[in-house]
Amino acid sequence: MSALQPSEVDRPALARGRSAAADADRKSVSAALRRAEFGDRLRSLLLAAPLLVLLALSFGIPIVLLLSRAVYDPTIADALPRTAAALSGWNGQGLPADDAFTALASDLKDDQVKGTAYELAKSLNARLPGARSQVLKTVRKLGDDSGQPPLEIMKSVPFWSAPSTWPAIQNGTRSFTSFYLLSALDLRWNTDGGIERVPPEQAIFVQVFLRTFLVAAAVTLATLILGFPLAYLIANLPKGPAAVLIVAVLLPFWTSILVRTAAWTVLLQKFGLVNDLLLWVGVASDRLDLMYSRMGLIIAMTHIQLPFTLLPIYSVMRTIQPSQMKAAYSLGARPFTAFRRIYLPQVFPGVMAGCLLTFILCLGYYITPALIGGASDQLISNFIANYVNVELNWEMAAALSFILLVFTLALFGIFARILGLDRLKLV
Amino acid sequence: MKYVRTHLFALAAATAVMTIGHSAIADELSIMASGGAWQDAQRKAWFEPFGKETGAKILEQEYLGDLGKVKAMVETGNVPIDLVTVETATVLQGCDAGILERLDYSKIAPRDKFIEGSALDCGVGLDAYGDILAYDPTVLKEAPTSVLDLFDTTKFPGKRAMRKFPAQNLEWALMADGVAPADIYKVLATPEGVERAFKKLDTIKKDIVWWDAGAQPAQLLASKEVVMTTAWNGRIQNAIDTDGKPFKIVWNNQILEYDMIAIPKGAKSPDLAYKYLAFISDPKNNAKLASYITYGPVRTDAASFVAADALPKLPNAPDHLSGGYLVADTEFWGDYGEDLVKRFNAWLAQ
Amino acid sequence: MLLSPYPTTGDRIRVTLLWIWCGLVILFLLVPILIPVPLSFNSGAFFIFPLEGLSTRWYEVVLGTQRWQSAIGNSLIVAFGTTLIATTLGTLTAIALSDEKFPGRRIVMPLLLSPLIVPVVITAVGSYLFYARVGLASSYAGIILAHTALASPFVVVTVGASLTGFDRNLMRAAAISGAKPVTAFFRVMLPLILPGVLSGAAFAFVTSFDEVVVVQFLASASQRTMPLEMFIGLREKLSPAITAAATLMMALSIVLLVVANLLARRGLKQPGAA
Repeated sequence: MSALQPSEVDRPALARGRSAAADADRKSVSAALRRAEFGDRLRSLLLAAPLLVLLALSFGIPIVLLLSRAVYDPTIADALPRTAAALSGWNGQGLPADDAFTALASDLKDDQVKGTAYELAKSLNARLPGARSQVLKTVRKLGDDSGQPPLEIMKSVPFWSAPSTWPAIQNGTRSFTSFYLLSALDLRWNTDGGIERVPPEQAIFVQVFLRTFLVAAAVTLATLILGFPLAYLIANLPKGPAAVLIVAVLLPFWTSILVRTAAWTVLLQKFGLVNDLLLWVGVASDRLDLMYSRMGLIIAMTHIQLPFTLLPIYSVMRTIQPSQMKAAYSLGARPFTAFRRIYLPQVFPGVMAGCLLTFILCLGYYITPALIGGASDQLISNFIANYVNVELNWEMAAALSFILLVFTLALFGIFARILGLDRLKLV
Repeated sequence: MKYVRTHLFALAAATAVMTIGHSAIADELSIMASGGAWQDAQRKAWFEPFGKETGAKILEQEYLGDLGKVKAMVETGNVPIDLVTVETATVLQGCDAGILERLDYSKIAPRDKFIEGSALDCGVGLDAYGDILAYDPTVLKEAPTSVLDLFDTTKFPGKRAMRKFPAQNLEWALMADGVAPADIYKVLATPEGVERAFKKLDTIKKDIVWWDAGAQPAQLLASKEVVMTTAWNGRIQNAIDTDGKPFKIVWNNQILEYDMIAIPKGAKSPDLAYKYLAFISDPKNNAKLASYITYGPVRTDAASFVAADALPKLPNAPDHLSGGYLVADTEFWGDYGEDLVKRFNAWLAQ
Repeated sequence: MLLSPYPTTGDRIRVTLLWIWCGLVILFLLVPILIPVPLSFNSGAFFIFPLEGLSTRWYEVVLGTQRWQSAIGNSLIVAFGTTLIATTLGTLTAIALSDEKFPGRRIVMPLLLSPLIVPVVITAVGSYLFYARVGLASSYAGIILAHTALASPFVVVTVGASLTGFDRNLMRAAAISGAKPVTAFFRVMLPLILPGVLSGAAFAFVTSFDEVVVVQFLASASQRTMPLEMFIGLREKLSPAITAAATLMMALSIVLLVVANLLARRGLKQPGAA
């Protein structure tokens, strides 16, 4: 504090030490600022802490645990410990030495006793199509006690001498695996240790990811075009009429997505109301196939998402003082200029918030695509749900989700950078 | 007397709860089924009589027909259900994934008394249903005579609905391409056979509407969205009988399948669960379900116990087997199912 | 303020076009949700027009059966619990994040959004696996916790958006005038950001009220909610019972919104009320 009281210092000394004193001055001010800032930061942190802690516990831990399965899958390693040891020195070319075959035979025998042979077969089959039946066949043969030495049994099943079998096994015996993440991008390891694309008849995910992002973008754009003018109208109406319109926007919200999807099937089906209307007006000469089409899917999703885009825009519009526009007019701005220069920049955060919510939510749709979309309109979540519930391949589901999460966050980061969302306090 | 007994029973159960804790209640059987008319039928045919006979209390749970939740239960060792009803494909999946108990048939019934393919390692058949073709005669002037008419777009133009799943569709495609029913699975086990089946499906791909949930085929027919659809026979019969729809079922070249029931690993009352399995696998009891829903028994010796008025609507009624049919090969689908599903999904997406 | 003080013909045309466009959008919003209303009185069991006959059988199913009643009750419990927690904590977090000095803002915000990005099936399985181990599976608390994770990002985003227009100097002015931070929040900040808080709360409520996948995993038979009941119905048959339930929900929400509106107006008329 003493540096703030120059009266204690004699003038010549001050003159001599002016720069030093000014320095000290600046330092202590900035120290005080830092202290204040520290307090501010602490308060902000404390404000945010309850939610952050809650989310970390209720969402963070479960998701990290589940997503880690995309890279950690010990099933094969646990089932084939001896094989893993025998293969540790193998260079991946040709066939491994006979001791690998013997090790595999004794591992398989153990697995049958422990009851893990089926899990092994399933897990290996995910990496090596057709492996399931071969593993089980071999296990049965090994258990037959025919007196045939295990090595001979292994050699008698051609599958175990096929060129692609052993690299897949060696790959599988590593608990940490890149297999699922690569598969989620339609990639795989080839026998030379490089990465290649999977054959076209198996490649689906890249296409589905692109489709998901495209549908999400189309729906976001549609909701913005439909929603922005309506939000503007409501925000600028007197209280009474505005309340009526807000109810109209909120009503769909209270109707289950399932019911709304079912309602859209009623509207869009071949003998449905939309087709009736189009025929009656004479726009179309024949009934259109709106159901099970990309168009129908986008229409239904736009309907469901519209309030999500509209409400954030509206709530920001409400905070804009009408006096600002009046000021602009009185300064001679034309309505359009005032709108563009004064209004739009202030509404922008709301637009971004609304579009962001809609875009992200669209990425997770799967009930609506399943019921309204055709076979080529299924989104990534349909595949993920299928892996979780039907194929019970949670590793693959985790990998797809992980890729989706990374893509989305990256996209988000790029947009934030380009649009300078930082300054808009949104990010 | 009965009143007293139930009360004593309740008392005993309550004491058991207090002394051993809820994990060891031996007299409650928790069954997870997929709800609706099918579960209602099971309640009347089996849950209630079994409860009466053994004094056990049946707790019913519904699920959405997916094994994901069962897998999650087994993984966490927190398995509040003793039995779960599932499709054949699901039994195979669950069996491989190690989430369903391998059954000890000595506690149920002789395995050879079941129709072929209905007694699996991890699941025992509940009933037989048919994958059939259904149409609305008020829309389709000429009646289809076989499920394979799906592939005849010149005689039967218009959209047709099929299940979004490779099983059955690949079999029908090969049959329509001239493969004899007996050879279907042999052909389908080769890459060329798979290629051939998809080629055949390609010829009608643009005319197909895919259904997911069992309720959709009847809705698709009722809304005239499609002119014909594949379906499970019970759903269509239900639309005819209770909703008065004029739909017709084509049985020729139907595929017979079985609904299954299984014990999740780590179930709390496996003994009672086995008792229940033995109860419903008794030929007389096995035949009873047909009185409440049009699904047939899976015991070979149960046919004579089926109520006379129920028989003509069952998929395995003699009349419905005369025009050629295929029994779904569960072993084949166990071996190749995963690969074919993957291939099918890729084909759909193209 | 649709028109400038001295509107030209062009302005009038623009405003008319705006009204027409908005009328069409409202139609687009309302028609699909009005479709279930007549269908709910259908005596037949399918989703088709024309109706086969009029009947109230589906209302009897929804109102008369204990299953549906308890499902509606469960849905309300979970949705209100979720809304309360998510709105409170989400608003606080949004206020904290709107401060540019918040450490690691750029990292925290995307992380907060991730519950929306991760497919809900994954969230459902993950929560079940974890919650079952800590004894939260098959409980209201577990479902509310999981739903709060899904719902709070909405609150953070909407409140955050309305805070961008909020002038922090107002809070400083309040502090200088001797207001405690809490008082300043309730008397100065909250009224101004209220639209954002309310839309966030609406999102939170709907997110929970309409959620089926997490519930499917985390709920036992005694916590079955309405959407789950509808889904069970859907698998078996597209029963018009779900349209009856939807119509009832809509009627209920119209009543609630009207009552809230009336109360708000009365509140405004009372002297001294903010």
